Amino acid sequence: MSLYEEIGGEAAVNAAVDIFYRKVLADDRIKHFFDGVDMARQASKQKAFLTLAFGGPNNYSGADMRRGHAHLVAKGLNDSHFDAVMENLGATLTELNVPGNLIAQAAAIAESTRNDVLGK
Amino acid sequence: MPKVTLGGQSHECGDRTVLDTLTAQGVTIPSSCRAGICQTCLMRATKGKVPAQAQQGLKPTQIEQNYFMACACHPEEDLEVALAEDSLPKLPAVVTRITLLNADILGIQLKPMQAFSYRAGQFIKLYKDDAIVRCYSLASVPGLDDELALHIRKVPGGMMTSWLFDHLKVGDQLTISEASGECFYTAGQPAQNLLLIGTGSGLAPLYGIVRDALRSAHTGEIHLYHGSYDAAGLYLVNELRRLAARHANFHYEPCLSADVAAEDYRLGMVLDVALQDHPKLNGWKIFLCGNPDMVNAAKQETFFAGASLREIYADPF
Repeated sequence: MSLYEEIGGEAAVNAAVDIFYRKVLADDRIKHFFDGVDMARQASKQKAFLTLAFGGPNNYSGADMRRGHAHLVAKGLNDSHFDAVMENLGATLTELNVPGNLIAQAAAIAESTRNDVLGK
Repeated sequence: MPKVTLGGQSHECGDRTVLDTLTAQGVTIPSSCRAGICQTCLMRATKGKVPAQAQQGLKPTQIEQNYFMACACHPEEDLEVALAEDSLPKLPAVVTRITLLNADILGIQLKPMQAFSYRAGQFIKLYKDDAIVRCYSLASVPGLDDELALHIRKVPGGMMTSWLFDHLKVGDQLTISEASGECFYTAGQPAQNLLLIGTGSGLAPLYGIVRDALRSAHTGEIHLYHGSYDAAGLYLVNELRRLAARHANFHYEPCLSADVAAEDYRLGMVLDVALQDHPKLNGWKIFLCGNPDMVNAAKQETFFAGASLREIYADPF
């Protein structure tokens, strides 16, 4: 069984997206990056990110990820902000009672996007 | 082999998705994840049945209108499709009634001159001419109201509203578009609680949605908050109070933000009053219409109060 199936597939993504996005928007360390963005459009991006982290179907492209975050890097997006997002991801999965070994796998996938997101 | 038709051009899909088929023909469709998730490549089928796979994760209001994700759509039959934001067909309509709802808001009733289907809460475009077009929400309910109703707020110096307020007469013929938008009531969860918050003429779609829900025998609580600076800015107050008196599950709260003592009104900003009354919104469906600042703040605040993003419907204007 794939990680995506073990975590619970699309239903798990749907359950996670509200919890995750609520944590991100409430997080004083990173919430200013979301000022003025359209919440519905942003939520579908969060959903794509969670699907990726859960090992689900995606067409991940490092180049897209770099382009999509370049304007935030220009505003000062750095490792501390990426760490905050990783923390929110872990807390979301813990809240959903996902077993620790699966959380570690999801975190490793998310971690693999760090350099592209931060334009390194 | 199923074909997909866009703008009169038909293309064989083979085993490709609608997105790949159209892209191969040089049509530019915005796309991102190409995995049926991000909804960037949203399109709408105007003819033919879309496979369920292509609608996974969409809102019920989008599914009902045959929206689908082009990247996840392997057609099983011929489809006619349109880009999600493509212009809506136009039709003529006759003005049958004009009333002033308050000093700044005009109520206009229209009778479409050809078959017209819509959902309460959707909007139409109104054309003064080819250059001047505005969107207005429908306040009427199919099956309850014979004609379409609009609530139009006067915009000082506005080309459309100056014309409507000063020159429109009963019997005039106007050009409108078919209805669009996803801010409407869907049956299927009759016990769900509904929270509706509006300012000014943002009441229009909410007035339709509330009456549509009641007509559909909705059993959950329905709370409508309508905000204005002072009582002169509200309208349909008596109609809504009578509606609340007739339906035990419908609650109407007119809210005034001016610092005055006014009997029978709630005092404060409409969003604050609504959230004081309902701090926990888990499982609720939310409709927000009116002033963009209020609507954007309300999206975030109702989300923080527990409403799921998929359950928040908003129309800023």
